[in-house]
Formats: sequence, C-alpha cells, structure tokens
Amino acid sequence: MKDIQPSGRGFLDYAPAPESTAILHLRDSYGLFIDGEFRDGRGGSFATISPATEKRIAEIAIASDADVDDAVAAARRAHSTVWSKLSGADRGKYLFRIARLVQERARELAVAESLDNGKPIKESRDTDVPLVAAWFFYYAGWADKLDYAGLGANPRALGVAAQVIPWNFPLLMLAWKIAPALAAGNTVVLKPAETTSLSALLFAEILQQADLPAGVVNIVTGTGATGAALVRHPDVDKVAFTGSTAVGREIAKAVAGTHKKVTLELGGKAANIVFDDAPIDQAVEGIVNGIFFNQGHVCCAGSRLLVQESIHDEVVDRLKQRLTTLRLGDPLDKNTDIGAINSAEQLERIRTLSDLGEQEGAERWTAPCEIPENGFWFAPTIFTNVQTSSTIAREEIFGPVLSVLTFRTPAEAIAKANNTPYGLSAGIWSDKGSKILAVADKLRAGVIWANTFNRFDPASPFGGYKESGYGREGGRHGLSAYLQPGRVEVAEEPAKRRSGAGRVEVAEEPAKRASRSRRPAKKGESK
Amino acid sequence: MTMQTTALAPAERAVRLLGGDLTERSLRQYLEGLSGVDAVGLEQRAEGLATRSIKTSSKAWALDRIIELIDLTTLEGADTPGKVRSLVAKAITPDATDPSTPRVAAVCVYGDMVPAAVEALGAAHGDPDDGLVSVAAVATAFPSGRASLAVKLADTRDAVAAGADEIDMVIDRGAFLAGNYGRVFEQIVAVKEACRRDDGTFASLKVILETGELNTYDNVRRASWLSILAGGDFIKTSTGKVAPAATLPVTLLMLEAVRDWHRLTGEYVGVKPAGGIRASKDAVRYLVTVAETVGEQWLQPHLFRFGASSLLNDVLLQRQKLRTGHYSGPDYVTID
Repeated sequence: MKDIQPSGRGFLDYAPAPESTAILHLRDSYGLFIDGEFRDGRGGSFATISPATEKRIAEIAIASDADVDDAVAAARRAHSTVWSKLSGADRGKYLFRIARLVQERARELAVAESLDNGKPIKESRDTDVPLVAAWFFYYAGWADKLDYAGLGANPRALGVAAQVIPWNFPLLMLAWKIAPALAAGNTVVLKPAETTSLSALLFAEILQQADLPAGVVNIVTGTGATGAALVRHPDVDKVAFTGSTAVGREIAKAVAGTHKKVTLELGGKAANIVFDDAPIDQAVEGIVNGIFFNQGHVCCAGSRLLVQESIHDEVVDRLKQRLTTLRLGDPLDKNTDIGAINSAEQLERIRTLSDLGEQEGAERWTAPCEIPENGFWFAPTIFTNVQTSSTIAREEIFGPVLSVLTFRTPAEAIAKANNTPYGLSAGIWSDKGSKILAVADKLRAGVIWANTFNRFDPASPFGGYKESGYGREGGRHGLSAYLQPGRVEVAEEPAKRRSGAGRVEVAEEPAKRASRSRRPAKKGESK
Repeated sequence: MTMQTTALAPAERAVRLLGGDLTERSLRQYLEGLSGVDAVGLEQRAEGLATRSIKTSSKAWALDRIIELIDLTTLEGADTPGKVRSLVAKAITPDATDPSTPRVAAVCVYGDMVPAAVEALGAAHGDPDDGLVSVAAVATAFPSGRASLAVKLADTRDAVAAGADEIDMVIDRGAFLAGNYGRVFEQIVAVKEACRRDDGTFASLKVILETGELNTYDNVRRASWLSILAGGDFIKTSTGKVAPAATLPVTLLMLEAVRDWHRLTGEYVGVKPAGGIRASKDAVRYLVTVAETVGEQWLQPHLFRFGASSLLNDVLLQRQKLRTGHYSGPDYVTID
C-alpha cells in the first residue's frame, strides 16, 4: 500500500449550500397583533437584527402599558364571548388547522427563525418547526377530551393566560405555551423575547389564515417592561413563563398573593453522566448534542459532563476529535452545525464566564473554527479539570461551553449531579439497563434521558425541580396547568342525594371554594 | 468453561494487540470487551450525516471520486467471458461522450472469470491509485461460505494465480454466530496466507462480514475487529446476495472500527460498503460519512470502495447533468 498523503480539508470544505430566503416575504415593520389584527404599538419600536450579520431585518413595535391593557381586554372578551362557548371539538378543529398551516409554511418559518435567532437552518428545519406542528397536533387531540386531563369531569379553563417566552426556541416555546392553553379553552396574550419576535409575528399571520376568532391569541412585542406589565396585569388568570431564574423569581414575587396560577420553566445546569460501560461513540454524539445543539442556548443543555474517571481521557480525546468536524457559520447554510450567538449581550456573558473558568484553573480547549467577521460567535469550547466548586460548574452559561468533571462511583455521580440549585434535566449513558434505572431514580431532575439527550415529544411532560421552576409543560400535565376542576354541583337536600343516581358530583375543598368566592366575579363567568 | 485455550494462528496484528499467547479465550475476551453500540444513537448519527447538502464544486468532486472508488461488479451464475469483457470496457471508459470521466477502481468477478477480466483489461490492468483498474475476485465459496477450509483456500489460490489483485472473502457467519470466533479468525488468517503470490507479495484481502446475517450492531463491531486482527486489508459489509446489504449505520460503525484501529496502531484499514447503493445521492452520503468519521484521506481507492453495479450509471447521469445543465435519461448511458 502506498503511504497516505493527507489531502487537507478539500472535500470537507463543503461548497456553500444556503437555504434561499426568497420564500420569506417580510414586511418592513411589524405592529402588535391584538384582537385579530395588526396595529401600531404606542411604546415606540426597535429594529430586530440577524445575529449572524448584525443586519437589520425589520422594525418591531413596543407595546405600551395601554397596549397590554388592550390585548388583555381583547383576550378577556374573546374568552367570554367566543372561545369559552365553543365545544372542545371545535377548538380542536382550529388547532388542527393551525398545525397543518405550520406544516405548509414550514420552510418559511424555519428560514425566519434561523435569520432572526441565528440557529442553524438544519435545526430550525428538522427540530423546531416539526415539533411546533407536533405540539399543535397533540393538543388539538386533547381539546375534546378534557375530562381525562386528571381533574375530574368538566374541568374549566382558567381564563386569560399571560405567556412570556425566551429567545432560544422562539416558535417552539410559543407552541408549548399556546397549544395547551387554547386546547384547554383559555385565551392568550403572548410576549415573545425582544430579540426574536419575528416568527411569532409570522405565526400571527397563520392565525389570521386559520380564521381563529379575533382576540383568542394576542401577541405583544417589546422589551422586558412589556413582559412585566403583562404578568402584573390584574385581569390575567394564568402566568406561564420560560426564561431565566432571575426573571422567574421576579414573576413569582409579582404574582404572589393574587389569584393567578403560575408555571415557570427556568434555568438548568444539567449533568450528563457517562459511565465506563457506555456505548462510547454514541455517548460522544450525545455529549455533542447535549451541549452544542442550538449553540448551547438550551435550558436543559447537558452543560456538566460527569465522566467516570477511568475513561476520562479517552472520552475527552474523542470529543475533541469530533468537535473538529463541527461547522460554525452562516445559520442559513444547510451544513452549518453551530450558528450565531443570539445577542451581543449573551455573547458577553459567555465570554465572561469562560474567562472566569480559566482564571479558576480549568483547562480551556476550543475547536478550531474560523469566526466570521460580523455577528456574534463563540466557538465550541470544552473545559477540563473543572471542579464542583468552579463557577462554570455552578452557573448556567447558556452557550456552547462544556465543563468536564469526573466521578469514581455511581453514588458519587449521583451526588455530584444533584449538587446544583437547578434540576431541569440529566442524562445517563450506560449499556446496563438496571444501572440506568437505579441512577435515574435518585437524580433530582425533571427530565432524564438515557443513552440520548435533548429529545422532545409533546406527550412527555417537561419541567424542573428546585430553581429550575415549577409546573410541567407537555403531555397531560401540561394541559392541566391550564385547567381548574369543574364546578361543584351542590345537592339541595341531603335526602335527594342517593348513591348510584347517575350524576357525577365533583367535590372541592372548602378552602378553595372560599378563595374563589372572594374573587371578583368576571364577565361571562356567571352562567 | 472448557476448551478455548487452544492457541490460534499467530496473526501479526493480533499478537501485537493481545500478546504472544494468542488463544481462543483471549480473542473472545477482547471482542466481548469492546464498547457496546447503541442502535438508536448510531442510526441517529447516520441520519444526521445524511442531511449534509453537497452542492456545486463539492458535488462535482464527489461524483468523480465515487467513480474512482467503485468496484464495478458482476456476480451472476450466468456470467460469461463476453459479459466480463463488456464490464471491463465500461470500467475503462465509463462514459465515451466525456473523456474526462475517471476510471473505476476495479472490476469484481467470480474467480473463474479472472482470466477473462485480466485479458480484457490488458494495459489498463493495475493499481487504481495510479489510475489503472484492478481485478477483484470473490472467493471462499462466495456468497455462503459453506465449504471446507481446503476448498476455500483452493478457491482463493486459484484466483490469485489467475491474476486477481484483490480477494473478497466471506467469513463463516455460522461459526461467528455460534461463538466460534477462533474458527472465523483462523480461516481469515489462512485465506490471507493463500493470497500470497509466488514473488512474496500479497493480493489485497477484503473480508466480507455479511452484516445482514450478523443482525446486531454489536456483532458487526466484533466481526470488524476480528477481521482487522486477523489481517484483513479491507472490511466489507455484504455479498450483495443477502438483504439488508450495505446501510449507512453499518458502514459508519465499520468506519469507527478502522478509525479506532488507526488511533491504536497508526495503521490504515479499508472499508467497502457493497450492495444496495444505487443512487449518486446515497453514495455522496457515504463519502460524507467517511470524511467526517475517519477523515477524507480515507477517500482513496486503497482505503474505500463501493461494491456496486448500477451506481455507476446514476453517477454518470448526474455528471452529465452538471456538465450540460439538464437531465438526460437511461438511454444516454450504456447498460454495461
């Protein structure tokens, strides 16, 4: 055999394969979507930019407090006059219609998402948008089956839901919020993240196309102040938030002592535990997918790799080798693996924490990537020699940065994995099923993946322990977060109450009943 | 446990890795100690690699390279010297309308057709790394492998003596599935020895695992390592006579084995997916998988091959499309 002359990176420098933006017909400026139509915001406006080029995409309106009032009023009106009067089957029809329209316009939505968020088109095309459709399909099916949501017969909607979503999965988080809310019979005011409003506004067009009754879904764009006004609005019955733990705390404080029900899905610092009997090649893939998927902008990202000491060197070696094949660059190129960091602010945070990691003695390794001139970028980075006390092992970085720690025994792995104020997700890699179950049983995390990572399904509940928030989204649990038990039917005379009379009576705790009666009566709730 | 302490033929690679006291037991322990394969994860990774979008200049390069990596194959009971001559002509000049079209790496035939292939190739016969075309022969009671070792060795020697440059042998899947790893190992070692020519050089040995019959990815990984340790120059997925033949996940797994062997020893072992790869699009996915798993230095005729017959014409159609800007049809490429 002849000696091999490595031929450089010829073929691997794949020619550009950009997804065309021709399918996208954007307006130059977008207003607020209130009561079924777009209208100008009264709080000014800002430009949304592409984080990959820093070029302006469109002008986005800022909702003032008065706009938020209007949106909540529209949602209340829609709830009492239309949405609460529709049968579950009819609400389901709208949701099915929305799901189909999302599928029809999938490519357009994927392009918009990658343009505005910076995530690779292969992820928006193959993960985000298909999951958005799946979420609407799933909850469409629930709309006429609420009796089986776990709250007894005839559960009722809460009313108006205020929903505030993050920038990491703009459209998917919108679907996680809107689909169960509508299926359960609520109306919605949704506030997208400041840097990623675009796909929500395209979604508003889909709602118009689907002929959804006006006011059932309202979308108010703007800054953090808009979101704060929305969750504090007195006529909101439910607050659902996904985002940082810091903001989650503020929201919890703001709604404390009110009638509002709350679900919070906050930060995470997930442990990805690799045992020495793991399927090693697949574990390496899982580590990559766990922390470098979506540039690490994932609340459930496997940002702490806990690897058994006996295989540490081999795993790290293979991981580095694998990372050299990742492609960083134009999010719209179909071969891009790592897109842009969503904002300058986030990039700064990632840089600061990474520098801190180095100062605290961890060893930094960065994949060799060419960084584009404009835009916000951070090459995939691994820190080895990270200790449990290191800042980068404690704080959520929310970027493509992996901290590698070691353990010796399963007990130590469990202790280290749980040693965090968060508890959103965890991963376990082992070929031994019994070990996986035993370890999973002891991990305090809402989602545990075995021999895989970052997999989502609308039927599976998702949510956290501790500072990762409370409540669950997805599945039946996600539905019941938008419902309350059915009305109590009080029999007039005890004599009339016979067992087996064929009437279902729903008992309600006295305390709960008392608190409801203190609540001011609302329009449309008296019947 | 009884037996298993039987000493095995001291194949050089195995001795280097497992030590001088090479026995059935030490071989088994090594193979069973290999890391497991998670089927879902492996298939997911292959699926991910298949989404790469290879366009324009990369596509043009890929199409030419695919041709250069093809073992153009005819393995029918009805093969005749005439059919082989026709195959050879196509191997040398795949597309007469475009002289820039490269030649394929080899023609792959049954052992008794080797003389016909050698004669038809004439001056074009030689090393594909030099732009010439080799002759590969299937041997060892292909495709089933159900014959005595003596018959398998005679089959091999025959083909080598007739001028075959490469031998595609099949492993004894029955022995492998029964756990007789030593038997499979010894047979490969013996066939390798039968590949020795009078001048001391060897015909290149491709070891066909017939992954469709091994059934699990763990088995494929073990068989890959076993074949490498026994001295195979190439590990090959399938005979093409059993479904499923080559798949992207199986090929990825075998590439991981040769990659790990290279990490361990610095040596290069080739991989040949065969059977069922008919479309250029599929073949490009294999190139991507090779390049991103073991590196693009593996995309050379002595390290990667496609065992295929109809693939060549699809690649030629794609090439014509790139050149002229429009698709033609099957009438614009020759049947063989």
